[in-house]
Amino acid sequence: MIPEIGHYALILALSMAIIQSVLPLIGAQQAKASWIAVARPAAQGQFAFVLVAFGCLTYAFITNDFSVQYAASHSNSQLPIEYRIAAVWGGHEGSLLLWALMLAGWTFAVSILSKNLPDEMVARVIGVLGLVSVGFLLFLLLTSNPFDRLIPAALDGRDLNPLLQDPGLIIHPPMLYMGYVGFSVAFAFAIAALLSGRLDAAWARWSRPWTTAAWCFLTIGIALGSWWAYYELGWGGWWFWDPVENASFMPWLIGTALIHSLAVTEKRGSFKNWTVLLAIIAFSMSLLGTFLVRSGVLTSVHAFATDPARGVYILGFLAVTIGGSLFLYAVRAPSVSKGGEFSMLSRETLLLSNNVLLVVACGTVLLGTLYPLLLDALDMGKISVGPPYFNSVFVPLMMPLLFLIGLAPFVRWKKANLGELARLLRWAFCVALVVALLLPFTMGEWHWMVSLSLLMAMWIIVTAMLGFIRRVKRGNGLKGISMSYYGMQIGHLGMAVFVIGVAMIGGYQTEKDVRMEIGDVTSVGGYTFRFDGVVDQAGPNYQATRGYIQVMKDGENVMLMHPEKRIYNVQTMPMTEAAIDSGFTRDLYVSLGEPVSGGAWSVRIYHKPFVNWIWGGCALMALGGLFAICDRRYRIASRQRKEAEKRKMATANKGSSGDATGTAAVAREAKV
Amino acid sequence: MKSRHKRMVFIVVGLAALAGAVGLIMNALQSNINHFFSPTEVHANAAPTDRSFRLGGLVEVGSVQREDDGLTVHFRVTDNAETVPVTYTGILPDLFREGEGVVAQGKITSDGVFMADEVLAKHDETYMPPEVAEALEKAELAKAEAANGAAAVEPAAVQPAAQSQEGK
Repeated sequence: MIPEIGHYALILALSMAIIQSVLPLIGAQQAKASWIAVARPAAQGQFAFVLVAFGCLTYAFITNDFSVQYAASHSNSQLPIEYRIAAVWGGHEGSLLLWALMLAGWTFAVSILSKNLPDEMVARVIGVLGLVSVGFLLFLLLTSNPFDRLIPAALDGRDLNPLLQDPGLIIHPPMLYMGYVGFSVAFAFAIAALLSGRLDAAWARWSRPWTTAAWCFLTIGIALGSWWAYYELGWGGWWFWDPVENASFMPWLIGTALIHSLAVTEKRGSFKNWTVLLAIIAFSMSLLGTFLVRSGVLTSVHAFATDPARGVYILGFLAVTIGGSLFLYAVRAPSVSKGGEFSMLSRETLLLSNNVLLVVACGTVLLGTLYPLLLDALDMGKISVGPPYFNSVFVPLMMPLLFLIGLAPFVRWKKANLGELARLLRWAFCVALVVALLLPFTMGEWHWMVSLSLLMAMWIIVTAMLGFIRRVKRGNGLKGISMSYYGMQIGHLGMAVFVIGVAMIGGYQTEKDVRMEIGDVTSVGGYTFRFDGVVDQAGPNYQATRGYIQVMKDGENVMLMHPEKRIYNVQTMPMTEAAIDSGFTRDLYVSLGEPVSGGAWSVRIYHKPFVNWIWGGCALMALGGLFAICDRRYRIASRQRKEAEKRKMATANKGSSGDATGTAAVAREAKV
Repeated sequence: MKSRHKRMVFIVVGLAALAGAVGLIMNALQSNINHFFSPTEVHANAAPTDRSFRLGGLVEVGSVQREDDGLTVHFRVTDNAETVPVTYTGILPDLFREGEGVVAQGKITSDGVFMADEVLAKHDETYMPPEVAEALEKAELAKAEAANGAAAVEPAAVQPAAQSQEGK
C-alpha cells in the first residue's frame, strides 16, 4: 500500500510540476497576475508530493519491504538501519528520486526566499525550474520507477554493495546532488533573464548567492567523494580521473568560472552575455554528468543495450535543454547592452583570464572523458585515457590560474598600473619564492614540481595577508571589511591549502607492499610497523579478519592499528578496510592484502604527508563561499528594494516578515 | 582602448590559449592512450610490443601461483581460446579470483609474458568489465565457426551486468 501511495504522489508531483511550469511562464509573458501567483504554491505543492514519495520509499527500506523491486535489489534485513536509509539512494532509481527531491527542495527555497524579487521574475525562475522537474519526474516514472513491485516478494534483499556501506555514502551523494541541482537555480535565473530581456546587475545580484550556495555544496560533495575513495577503496589515492569523478568535476570548474564572472557582472555590468552562457553551460555539465553516470554509457557505449530507454531519454532531455537554452541565448544575447569599458590590465581582464583557463580546463577534462566513448561508438577500438593525460594537461593550465589568484585582488577595476602593482607585490613574491625554494629541503628531497606548486600556494597566502593588512590600515580596522572580502580570501586560502596537500602527496608519499610474518618489522616514513598477527571477529553483517599492527617511532610504541579484511554475508564479497591514523601533517595508512604461506600476510603501508590538507582546503573553499553568501550587501539591497516597494504599494502584504531576508536564510540553509 | 581593438586582442589571446591547449592535449593524448586487447589478439600479434596496453579476459582456473616473497603472482589470462601468462608484483584487488574477469595494464616482454603494473579491481560481485565480456563473446564466436557447425554454441556466455556506478 505504502509504495503505491509513493507512486501516486510522484504522479501528482508531475502534474504539479506541469502546472508550476506552464501557468507562471505564460502568465509572466502576458502579465497575468493571477497566473503568476500560481508559481509559489505550485512549487511548494510539488515539493510536498516529492517529499511524500521519497518518504514512502524510505519507509519500504526501513521496514524491509522486499516486495518493492528496488528495495529487494539494494537492501537486506541484516543491514544496519543507517545503511538501510542510505541504501535508498544506493542505486539508480533511488538516486534519481533524491535528485528530484533536491530539485523540488531548491525550488521550494526559491519560492520562500524570494519575497524581495519582482513576482514576474520569480514566476519565470520557478517556471523554468518546473520544466526541469517535469523532465526528471517523467524520466523516473517512465523508465526508472523505484516503486515497481516484485511479485512474489523476495524473502530477503540482495544487499547494498559493501563498498557503499559507509558513513561517507550517507552524506556524499546528497551533498553532491545539492550542488549539481543547485546550478539549476542559476540556470533558471539566466533563462528567466533572457526571457524577460532584463539582464542587468540586479539580476546578477539575485543569482549570485544561489550560485555560490550550489558551488559550496558541490565542493563539499566532491571532497567527500574523494575522501571516501581514499579510505574505502583501499587504494590510498585521493583522485583517479575516473569518468564518474570527472562528471562531478566539470560542473565544478564551470561553476567556479561562473561565480567569478557573476562578480564582474554585478560590480561592473560587464560580461553579461558570457555570464548567462556560463550559467547555461554549468547546468548542462550537471546534466551531462547525470547522463554519463546514470545511462551506463561510461564503461562502454554498448551498455546502452542493457537499458536503451534510459540512455536515450537522458540524451534527448540533454539535447532539448541545451539546444533550447542556447537557441534562446542566440536570439536574445545580441540585444544585451555592453557593460563598462576596461583596459588590458584591469581586474576585469584577469577575471576573464580566470574564466578562459577554467573553461579550457573543463574542455580538456571533457575531451579525455568522452574520447574513449567516441572511439568506441565509431568502432575504432577500445581505449582508456589514463591519469597521465589529465595530469599533463591539467596541471600546466592550473599554474597560471593560481598565480592570478594572488594577483587579481590587488588589481583595480577598469584600469590598473603595472608599475604600481610590481612595487606593491615584489616583496610578497620574494617571500613566497624563498619559502618555496627552501621548504622542500626540510622534507629531505627537492623536486621542482613541489617547489613550483609551493611557490603558487605561498604566493596566494602571502598576498592574502598583505591584502588583509592593507584593508585594515585603509579602512577603520576590522569593521570596514565586508563578509564577501573575507569569503574571497578564505576561499583563495583554501585553494592554497589544497595545492600544498597535493604537492606534498605528489612529491613525498611513500608506499610499501610487504610480506609480513608475525613479529616482522618494516619501516616507512620514519615509523616502524610490527605485524602482530590477525584475529577473527564478527561484525553486524560481515565476518572480519582483524590485523594487529604495532606502530613505533624512535623505539617507543605510538599506537596499534587495525586494518581489516571483511567478507560480507550476503554478497560474499571481500572488502579491505584500511586502518588510517590521521594527522595534521601526515596520515599513516595500513591495509591488509591477503594471507600468504605460513600465517604471513601481504600488507600495504603508506606514509602520506599533508594528505588531509587536500580536503581541508576544500572545506575552506566552501567556508569562503558561505561567508560570501552572508554578505550584508545582499540584505541591504533587498531591504532598500522592499522599502521602495512598500512605498509604492501602501497596502503592504503582512505576510513578508521584516528582517528575514533571502540571503541570510540561504546561509542558514547552507549550514543545515 | 577602443572596444574594437579590445575585441581583437581578446580574440588573439583566446586563439593563442586555445592553440596552446590543443597542442598540450594532442601531445598528452598521443602518449597516454591505452588500447585494449584480448588474448586472441595478443597471439595474433595485434598488440604493441613497445608500449603499454590493457589485457583483459578471465583468470584461468588453477593458474594462479605465488612466489615465496608472497607478493609476486603469476597467472594466465584467457578468453577461452588463447591464454597469455601474466606476472604482477603487489597486492591484488579484493575481487581478483580464478575464473573471474580481470583487466591488467602493462607491457608484454619478448618471451610473451605480460608484465602487469596494475591489475584493475571491479567494484561489484556481479560486474564483468564490458571489454572483457565482448572479448569472450568474440572468442566464443570464432571457436564456434572453427568447429564448423558442431553442436550449437551459446554465444554471449557472459552478459555485462549493470555496473554499480555508485562504486565509481
